[in-house]
Amino acid sequence: MTGKQPFEAVVTRHGATVLRVCRAVLGPADADDAWSETFLSALRAYPDLPEGANVEAWLVTIAHRKAIDVTRAAARRAVPVAETPDDAASPSADGSGDGLDGELAAAVARLPAKQKQAVAYHYLAGLPYADIAGIVGGSADTVRRAAADGIATLRRTYQGTKHERTDS
Amino acid sequence: MSADELTRDLERAFPGDPGDLLRLHARLAAQAQRDGILDVAYRTVDSPVGPLLLAATEAGLVRVAFASEDLDAVVQDLADRISPRILAAPARLEAPARELDEYFTGLRRSFDLPLDWRLSAGFRRSVLSHLTEIGYGQTASYAAVARLAGNPKAVRAAATACATNPLPVIVPCHRVIYSDGRAGRYLGGAEAKRTLLTLEAAA
Repeated sequence: MTGKQPFEAVVTRHGATVLRVCRAVLGPADADDAWSETFLSALRAYPDLPEGANVEAWLVTIAHRKAIDVTRAAARRAVPVAETPDDAASPSADGSGDGLDGELAAAVARLPAKQKQAVAYHYLAGLPYADIAGIVGGSADTVRRAAADGIATLRRTYQGTKHERTDS
Repeated sequence: MSADELTRDLERAFPGDPGDLLRLHARLAAQAQRDGILDVAYRTVDSPVGPLLLAATEAGLVRVAFASEDLDAVVQDLADRISPRILAAPARLEAPARELDEYFTGLRRSFDLPLDWRLSAGFRRSVLSHLTEIGYGQTASYAAVARLAGNPKAVRAAATACATNPLPVIVPCHRVIYSDGRAGRYLGGAEAKRTLLTLEAAA
């Protein structure tokens, strides 16, 4: 009888998506640690995961918790200096590179946490709003609104630049 | 900006590139090994009888498989029979890979590796555990092997034990042949069996 797929297949199939989600939610500096912690926890718990469970939603749930841990740890380490959110999220500061991709990454980094999570889990991980509500709390409607608000902000900041560049 | 277009743009902004994933995978394998939660580690090596899959538990080498067995199916079988906590992790297979390489270049006549026998049980396991008594470059008949295992009448069962050997090459079932000298069937194919016997005869 064929049972659960080998964990190697889980990493192969979902590794890239989890890395994208970690990068979107945390920025490039902390994404590696969150990815590692996520898959290490997942490997530990894998034998107990029920057959037929949605593996991607399960991984994003773990990644969400790990991202919160990483953010808290970073906050504890942080030296209290005057720093505006925009400074922290500029493309050069978060190392996400230059150009349009860097600008979009920076625009996502500036979003409030709930909007950032809703956008990442829906548009990068492809999870339905109801599943995301199960992960971040609240209802499917509040998550849908958070995603819509986030996308509206991204359109205003990033899309404008994109069209200017394309037109010129 | 459509939803698809947005997803495409976001995927470019937050890449999941293969190079980064290789590096993260290696780190995961090392951490899993350190934390004692890597139940099965495996890798493949090239050999004169084609690619071989090597798999090991914490206890030792548990499986050697030929490409003809369908390596994906072999890994799934390990997940089903041992544990789904399996990763491609070459570090644990360093010693087996090195000893096999030495064997295939004619520099090694016996293996000195911890073996995990859990995929073989009962009379089959008894048969396999006696195979190392057939020395390098020698052969024995299925009847002789049945005698070694303590049941001279169980010739057919001895042949089945050889055909289901989870540790071929290392546990030398290729040295068991028909009484009339024909090489007989082999998990890795008759050609592979002849290659191994020729290698050992030449060294």
